Amino acid sequence: MAEAVAQAAGPPARNGHGVTPVRKDRSNAVPHARQADAWTNWMQDMPASTIRTIPIKHCNFEAKVRTAGSGPPLVYLHAAGGPIWDPFVEWLTQDYTVYAPHHPGTGETVRESIYAVESLWDLVLIYDELFDALKLDTIPIIGTSFGGMMACELAAHRPERISRMVVLDPIGLWRDDAPVAPYMLMPPDKLLATLYKDLESEPVKAQIKMPDDPDEVAVMTADLVWALGATGKFVWPIPDKGLKKRLHRVTAPTLIVWGEDDALVSAVYAKEFAARIANSRVEIIKDCGHVPQVERLDALKPLVANFLAAQRVAATA
Amino acid sequence: MKVTMFHFMPYRDLPGDFPAGLASAWVDAPWWEYGSAEKTTDFYNWSIDELMLAAKLGFDGVGTNEHHQNPYGFMCNPNLFGAILARMTRDQGLDQVALVQLGATISSCPPIRLAEEYAVLDCLSGGRVIAGLPTGLGVDVSISNGITPMEHRERWREGIDLMLKAWTAKEFFAWNGKYNQLPKVNLWPRPVQEPHPPVLIPGAASSSTWDYCHERNFPYAYLSYFGGKSADNVMDRFWDRAAEKGKDANPYRAAFLQIVGVGETDAKAEEEYGKHVEYFYHKLLHQPLGYISPPGNADYKSLLNVLKSGKKLLQISDFTVDLKPLKAADMIEREFVVVGSPATVRDKLEAIARRLNVGHLMVALQFGSMPHAQAKKNIELFAREVLPHLQKVWEDQPWENHWWPKRLRKRPARQREMATA
Repeated sequence: MAEAVAQAAGPPARNGHGVTPVRKDRSNAVPHARQADAWTNWMQDMPASTIRTIPIKHCNFEAKVRTAGSGPPLVYLHAAGGPIWDPFVEWLTQDYTVYAPHHPGTGETVRESIYAVESLWDLVLIYDELFDALKLDTIPIIGTSFGGMMACELAAHRPERISRMVVLDPIGLWRDDAPVAPYMLMPPDKLLATLYKDLESEPVKAQIKMPDDPDEVAVMTADLVWALGATGKFVWPIPDKGLKKRLHRVTAPTLIVWGEDDALVSAVYAKEFAARIANSRVEIIKDCGHVPQVERLDALKPLVANFLAAQRVAATA
Repeated sequence: MKVTMFHFMPYRDLPGDFPAGLASAWVDAPWWEYGSAEKTTDFYNWSIDELMLAAKLGFDGVGTNEHHQNPYGFMCNPNLFGAILARMTRDQGLDQVALVQLGATISSCPPIRLAEEYAVLDCLSGGRVIAGLPTGLGVDVSISNGITPMEHRERWREGIDLMLKAWTAKEFFAWNGKYNQLPKVNLWPRPVQEPHPPVLIPGAASSSTWDYCHERNFPYAYLSYFGGKSADNVMDRFWDRAAEKGKDANPYRAAFLQIVGVGETDAKAEEEYGKHVEYFYHKLLHQPLGYISPPGNADYKSLLNVLKSGKKLLQISDFTVDLKPLKAADMIEREFVVVGSPATVRDKLEAIARRLNVGHLMVALQFGSMPHAQAKKNIELFAREVLPHLQKVWEDQPWENHWWPKRLRKRPARQREMATA
């Protein structure tokens, strides 16, 4: 949602190369200097990222990908609420060039672009074309919630492309005895209480803080609601669109991370994913709801770092 | 002016503490705790009797609608009820009454089936159908019927195009739509009315719906529960848009729905109808914003408009929070409802009609917990003391009503009337 604020300030200027600098010029800033626990004002301290514009033939979609960092490429897929460049993603940029595509209709994309994307199949093919265009032939992918489901879809569609996968509390499967909470129908207070275990914790407070300007709030709220609708197009009314039949295709070593107290999609789903993905491992984070990258970044970082480092070791060996 | 008696067909017997902790009266009120099929037998039959009484007493139209999974109103398909009314009015010689189907929800039902049903109804009634084509509430379409909110409006637009073509095409055609694919269309039957029954588009103040109406030359029915005063802003903008699109100010381009209670005096009316007003607003309208319009339902532009227009509009759209503190007297005072003596009701309704420039008035004379006997009394008083006056509104002006069944246009429907009352 913090990104929505930046958008509200006005469209960023294009430089003519399909690359749009965003944020103020950070040439004097020391990249990655910010301490991970310095929650406040992290927006101001984030390293410069750019928005790349990639025209996609499929559905005539103009893709937008936020890119930052250095090192080997890594794809990050955001949750149903729209793109958020949070401390977790920022941390990833220390070791990786992070590519964070914006789901059609969200973030920097044209809001109405979602109408042309008619099916999950369309969406998968858009990502496929996008990764081809970015020459992301072999990539680790991280997805959270809805983004976790999409990561699984992409890894099932083109197993050879995904080298490693981390999914954080993904949706995409269904158990009658543990129904996924109807998050699209919840009033804001209930949605927040469903997403986060402890609304009073500092990182959560920083994450959900709203600006004072009512116009900014209006834009942020509209963007959030629209993002829920644009992602919801592929999971309404039950987030069970056949992924269970496709997960067996995934070959990437997979780390399945779940907040133990996730009230949106219960941690019982961790074993459902694990049972279907051959080379997978489950890590349950205690004292954590649906959003480990915000609620328990301290616990998440070593899990992800070690899991991804194994690949880098393997790659250099 | 054409005056229609409109019926929600509510559940009339919810307990006093309802909605007691429920997030919504829609979808979330368990039938097995609150509903009784035996009582519902009465509710359906009383509602039909009340509409038939209105037909007998000279109303121009009788109106039914579609909603699901709630006690607010649960005619799941207006055409079930329209079919009964078509036959009963015909049998009783009341074939001057229009059947205002307000209407079937296109986005959640195969449009080709609805084209058939309206055509059947037009045949049964001898050409008396007004084909309401509502976008439908998010809660009905997306929750009760599982349609993806982002597809709701697209399905509606495509459905109307398909229905119009199915009614009028003089050749076989294949329909290759985004949401409907049909190999060969040849609708049996076709409507009696040529080229098709008048269309009416009900809506709840979405600017894209007004534009759609003006572009297609369809009349618009503003369905609000907040009365004439709060409708000023909406209808002003509707007429501004009409002018921008080169449409005239023919009042028959617009319809307005109003809850009405007529008593012998203002004080008596308030006393008699007060608790049913509160039942309607406090219990039946209990619905959060996310149900009315789940994410993706309103297009981005409308969404931003609503959010930027500030708290005021939001307050009035979120039925869970802001209506509870209001007592019946407040709601009468604010004219959410028009409740009073015949003279009061007459004056207020005429003023609303003239101010909003609407040629079709729909009145809900049974609402909330109102018992059958009281509903009949309300209908009779309205028909005798208010209706004749309202039917004369706009007669002093040259406007023609192009959106009413042709064979019913000539005169106010009142006839044979009060002699039987």
